[in-house]
Amino acid sequence: MDTSASVKSTDSLQGDERNSERNKIIETVKLTKSFGGHTAVSDVSLSIFDKELKSIIGPNGAGKTTFFNLLSGQMKPTSGEIFYKGNEIQNLPPHKRTKLGIGRSFQITNVFPTLTVLENVRLAVQAKHNIHYSMFRHYKYYKHLEEEAYQSLEKVKLEPKAEHLASSLAHGEKRKLEIAILLSLDTQLLLLDEPTAGMSVDEVPQIIEVIESIRDQRDRTIILIEHKIDLVKHLSDTIAVLFHGKKLADGSPEEIMNNDQVQSAYLGGLYNDAED
Amino acid sequence: MNIKKMYSKSEAVAGGGTSGAGTETPKGNRAGTSKPMKNPFQSMTWQKAAWIISLLILFAVPILVSKNSTLFMLTNIFIWAVFAMSYNLLLGYTGIISFGHAMFFGIGAYCFALMARHIPQGELGFLFAFGLTVVICFLLSLVVGLLSLRLRDTFYALITLAVATIFVIIAEQWRTMTMGNDGFNFTAMLSRDLFGFIDLLDRQHVYYIALIFLVSMFVVLKRFIDSPVGRTLQAIRDNEDRVSSLGFAVLNYKLISNIIAGVMAGLAGVVYAISIRFVSPDSVLGVENTIDVLLMTVIGGVGTMLGPIIGAGVVEVSSHYLMGLSHIHPIFERWVILFGIVFILIILFFPAGIVGTINQKLRGKKKEGAS
Repeated sequence: MDTSASVKSTDSLQGDERNSERNKIIETVKLTKSFGGHTAVSDVSLSIFDKELKSIIGPNGAGKTTFFNLLSGQMKPTSGEIFYKGNEIQNLPPHKRTKLGIGRSFQITNVFPTLTVLENVRLAVQAKHNIHYSMFRHYKYYKHLEEEAYQSLEKVKLEPKAEHLASSLAHGEKRKLEIAILLSLDTQLLLLDEPTAGMSVDEVPQIIEVIESIRDQRDRTIILIEHKIDLVKHLSDTIAVLFHGKKLADGSPEEIMNNDQVQSAYLGGLYNDAED
Repeated sequence: MNIKKMYSKSEAVAGGGTSGAGTETPKGNRAGTSKPMKNPFQSMTWQKAAWIISLLILFAVPILVSKNSTLFMLTNIFIWAVFAMSYNLLLGYTGIISFGHAMFFGIGAYCFALMARHIPQGELGFLFAFGLTVVICFLLSLVVGLLSLRLRDTFYALITLAVATIFVIIAEQWRTMTMGNDGFNFTAMLSRDLFGFIDLLDRQHVYYIALIFLVSMFVVLKRFIDSPVGRTLQAIRDNEDRVSSLGFAVLNYKLISNIIAGVMAGLAGVVYAISIRFVSPDSVLGVENTIDVLLMTVIGGVGTMLGPIIGAGVVEVSSHYLMGLSHIHPIFERWVILFGIVFILIILFFPAGIVGTINQKLRGKKKEGAS
C-alpha cells in the first residue's frame, strides 16, 4: 500500500518520507562474516526499502563486496540474519536467492568467456523465463529469448558485438555485458558492485544513464557499491557507509556528506586510496 | 519486429563505419531470416552436402571393402567414438574430469557378455543387456554424481577413480561369474539370426550396428548440446559460480550431464562387447580405457562434436598400423612409444585438438573477413 504511494511520488522519496512505514525489501540483522581472525563484515544491521536506490560506500577493504556476497549467497554469514521480504534467506544457495528476486553484478568481471556475447545474455533470459530442464528442444526454439537478450544488449549499447566471443571484448565492454546480464534477469532487487569500475571516461555516462533509467522507473530496488562519490551523491536516495566492516552511518546523501565521522574516517580514507 | 529493425540499423552503422559500401547484401539476408545470426548460408549447404557424402561413404564401406580386419577396425573406431563423445560431454561441455568413466563402458560390456552366456534366447539377452545397462549406469552415475559433484571437481575425479577401481576388483574376484582376470569369450553363444535378420558373427552386420549406433548417438548428443540444458552446461564449464547466480541449480545440471554420459558410455560398452566377443577387466573396465578416451577427446578437440570421432580414428588407426609395422623393425612392437610421439606432434600443431584448432582458424578467418 505504502509502496504504491511511493511509486507515484517518485521524487519525494528523500527526506522525511523515507523514514515513514515503508516496506523493507531486504534487511540484515547483526550480519557478521569472519575469515579466520579477520572480520570482514561486523554486526551490520541495515534495512533497504522497496524501490529505493541505496549506495554502499566505504574505503577499500571496508567489506562492501563481502556484504554483497552475503546478500546474494556467494558466502554464508558467520552469524546474523538476512531477511528478504520478511523471510530468512541467509542459508539459501545463490540460485534460490536469484529466483526469489535478488540479482547481482560482479566487481571482478564474471562472464562466460568462450560463449558469444548474445549467448551470455540469452542464458540470463533463459533463467528468468524458468526454462531449466528442457533438453529435447533446440535452444533456438525459444526465439523470444534471443530477442529479449538483444534488447538488453541494446540498453548497454553492446548489440554490435552480439556475435563476438565474450573473451574478445575490451574491459569496459565486459563490464557492460555484466550489466546486460543482470538486467536480463529482471529481478526485483539489483545488486550492482562497482558497475563503472575500469570503464573508460566516455563509457561511464552510458552506464549511469542505464542505472538512472532503472531508478526513475521506480519499479525495483537497487543497491549500488561505488567509489565515484559524485556519482553516488547524484544517484542515491540513501547512502550507507561501511568502515572496517562496521556500519558507520546510514542516511540521505546530505546527511552522509555532513556527517563528521564520515568526513574524517571515510572521506579521508578515500583520499588516501585514490592516491595509491 | 522493432528489435530486429533496430538491430539491422545498428549493423548498418557498424558496417558503414568500416567499409561503407557493400553492407547492403548481408543486411537483407539477415532481415529475411529473422534470426540475428551471422550465418554464411552457402557454407551451411556445403556442410550439409559434406555430411551426406561422408555418411554415404561410410554406409558403402562394407560393399567396397571385403577385408574383415578393416571392417573390424572401423567398427571399433565407431564404438570408441561414442565412448569418447560421452566423455567429451563431461570434459568438453560440462568441464568436469572423470578418471573412472570406463566403469560404465565395462558395465555395459559385461552386461552383454553375461547375458549372451546365460540367456539362450538371443533376442531376450540382447534387449535385456541394453535395458540392464541403462538402468545400472543411470543409477550408478546418479549416486556417484550426488556423492561428488557438489564438491570440487577434483573430488569428482578421485571418487570416479575409486568407484571404477571397485568394479575392476569385483570383476577380478567374482570368478564364478566373470572368470576373473582371464575374462571370457562368448563367440559361440552369439545369435546368428537375431530378430530374424541380424547375424552377430557377420562383420558387416556388426559394422552396420556400430555405424547406426554412432549416428544415432551423435544426433542425440548434438540435440542435447543445443538444448537449453546443453547451453547451460557450456556456461557451467566456463563459469560455474556465475551460472548459479543466474538462478540455475548447477548441481542438477551436472547430474544430468553425468547421467547422460554414463548411460551413453554403458551403451557403447554393450556394442563393444558385440564387436570384440570377449570381456576381461583390463580390456573394458580398467583405468587405461578412461585414459584412452581422454586422449581421443584431447587429440580430436575438447568441446567439439566431431573431435572425439576424429580422435578415436587417429588413436585406433595409428595403433593398428604402428603395431602392423613390427615385422619391419622390432621397435614397432613398442608402438606406445611411437604413439607418444604422434600425440606430442598433434598437441604441438593442434593445441586445441584437431577439430578444435581447425574451428578456431575458421572462426578467425571469418572475423577477418567481417571487419
